[in-house]
Amino acid sequence: QLFFSYFKDLVGREVTVELKNDLAIRGTLHSVDQYLNIKLENTRVVDQDKYPHMLSVRNCFIRGSVVRYVQLPPEGVDVELLHDATRREARGG
Amino acid sequence: MSWSGGPDDIFLSTSLASYLDKKILVLLRDGRKLMGLLRSFDQFANAVLEGACERVIVGDLYCDIPLGLYIIRGENVVLIGELDLEREELPPHMTCVSAAEIKRAQKAERDASDLKGSMRKRMEFLDMD
Repeated sequence: QLFFSYFKDLVGREVTVELKNDLAIRGTLHSVDQYLNIKLENTRVVDQDKYPHMLSVRNCFIRGSVVRYVQLPPEGVDVELLHDATRREARGG
Repeated sequence: MSWSGGPDDIFLSTSLASYLDKKILVLLRDGRKLMGLLRSFDQFANAVLEGACERVIVGDLYCDIPLGLYIIRGENVVLIGELDLEREELPPHMTCVSAAEIKRAQKAERDASDLKGSMRKRMEFLDMD
């Protein structure tokens, strides 16, 4: 639940989602759900030449189970806030 | 789809509903690329694709193999992308070929990577640590 809330606050930001199949997609975070499924808008693939089939895809839905990393802009992360929230969650859990 | 969020989430649902009746690209875990019209889905990302076809790409060659009406089990889904009809689906240098030709190209690619794999295994065997 912590990361679901965290991602909800990141909606509207530019992120790069790296998938387990090595495909990396940059886009604006449109929405996220409890499974950490992600919807991106205005997408462009990193290393487009390797993935020609993605050329006309501008919006996509990514299943949470296939995400390896979500890369965020460093200015977009309040590490202290995350740290505090994690401590609180750990105490309560 | 069941409602999982609170009142704040009213616009924030990661719903596939916005892709309904649109032409979509589905990437599967085995690397396959399916395209078709999204007719139905559920909370597991199971999906029904009408007029589905598999786009096989080998190098600069591609072929669309028609499949008809498909139900995709959500656990195999990597990504569902909305295809922008205004844009070209593929780079212009790519050539459309027949199913027979793409199968030949796939076999050639498989043989090449098998050969590469077996040579690597031979080298690893020689590595004495």
